[in-house]
Amino acid sequence: LKFTKTHEYINTEDSVGVIGISQHAVEQLGEIAYVELPESGKTYSRGEQFGVVESVKAISELYMPVSGTVVAVNSDLLDHPEYVNEEPYGKGWMLKVQLTVPAELAGLLTAEQYDSEVAVH
Amino acid sequence: MAESLTAQLKRSPLHARHVAAGARMVPFAGWDMPVQYTSIVAEHMAVRQAVGLFDVSHMGEFIASGPGAADFLASVVPGDVHGMDVGKAIYTQFTNERGGVVDDLLIYRLQDHFLLVVNASNIEKDWEHLQSHLPKSGVTLTDASERTALVALQGPKAADTLQAFTEVDVASIKFFRLAQGRVAGHDAIIARTGYTGEDGFEIALPADAANDVWDKLVAAGSLPCGLGARDTLRLEAGLPLYGHEWDDDTSPVEAGFAWTLKSQVYYLGRNVLDGQQAGGTSRKLVGLKMLGKAPAREGYEVLRGETVVGHVASGAPAPALGYPIATAYVPADVAIGETLNVRIRGSLAPAQVVKMPFYRRSRS
Repeated sequence: LKFTKTHEYINTEDSVGVIGISQHAVEQLGEIAYVELPESGKTYSRGEQFGVVESVKAISELYMPVSGTVVAVNSDLLDHPEYVNEEPYGKGWMLKVQLTVPAELAGLLTAEQYDSEVAVH
Repeated sequence: MAESLTAQLKRSPLHARHVAAGARMVPFAGWDMPVQYTSIVAEHMAVRQAVGLFDVSHMGEFIASGPGAADFLASVVPGDVHGMDVGKAIYTQFTNERGGVVDDLLIYRLQDHFLLVVNASNIEKDWEHLQSHLPKSGVTLTDASERTALVALQGPKAADTLQAFTEVDVASIKFFRLAQGRVAGHDAIIARTGYTGEDGFEIALPADAANDVWDKLVAAGSLPCGLGARDTLRLEAGLPLYGHEWDDDTSPVEAGFAWTLKSQVYYLGRNVLDGQQAGGTSRKLVGLKMLGKAPAREGYEVLRGETVVGHVASGAPAPALGYPIATAYVPADVAIGETLNVRIRGSLAPAQVVKMPFYRRSRS
């Protein structure tokens, strides 16, 4: 499990990564009321915006931790945005992507680095 | 840097309570206020179903007294000030020469003075506005904001909760009436008013009594609620918020509040507002029910077909309704039931024009 400073995570197996937002981000956002995600087949560069999550008060943009092509989208989140609150690393996942530049993973934060990052801010 | 900015924010007498309760504090109109304690949705639903307690001490309180007080107030608001007997409250606005709204406010008539409760964000602007229209004698205007704490106890269980702490028969206080008495032993003004669409009370207290009253009402089962829930509750109830539905260039007629123009005398901007009531306005405020799941937010474009006809004034998911709602100023010929579009991140999202309030409590 690796993280970005913008609070996305990616869990990679072979060259496919599952992307979502961190427990810390979920706690900061509060109840998530709406999740907007792209369709399968879209290709993104690292750092590009791929969607938004909205709580009652706020809108937060979602950014790609790595470059890749979307191969699956968690369409359950349209009717059940609360899954992101309940299990951000489980049924609250957002995208599965085929990594196009796997070497980018090395530039992401480890869980330990991410924890100390959010502890400071 | 952040620390020194926080230090400049004003603090309510209840500030330490909020911090100790773990509330998320945010800057609001120059005050460090709680936006939520645990969850906006849980706080919102507590007010709809039981009882919630809000600290609204950031709001401004002015006192107008003297033999000319009623005439003075009647010259700056379109509400029927002369028709207020002791114990009456009215919702009204300070209007400007153009018929726009300087601020919206509640006026309470007490034995020997009027209490005006104004928006925190507008305290200085209102003060200057009133000073500039104050007659040379006969009226004393006092800013009591610093020494007054204001809490709002709102929800279907508000009356029962409050009754345990006062000898005043709260059930006998009618909507938009007030009583003076003691709450938990402290002098208080108990007004049956609110900003949530539920039954409830707004209670003005000396600043040093706020903590005791707050603690007792919380111990009696009131859920502390932040400004986040206050905003979603008022939006569901179709109640305007200054800076969103109101500003210096929107009129009470455009906003659907012509029913508050009850004055029998001349007030600032009356000629303009009378003209609008007789001849209509080019735009009006409407409620929008989003037909999809994406919330419309403040500032988003509203379109009729593909033509931009207005902008969203307020928008959010509605916790008690289960779909997103919004308000918007649109052309006056837009009809209830019509489907408009809201541009959300480049896509057009359909929205139905509906009657406000979006939510109306059942009266038992």
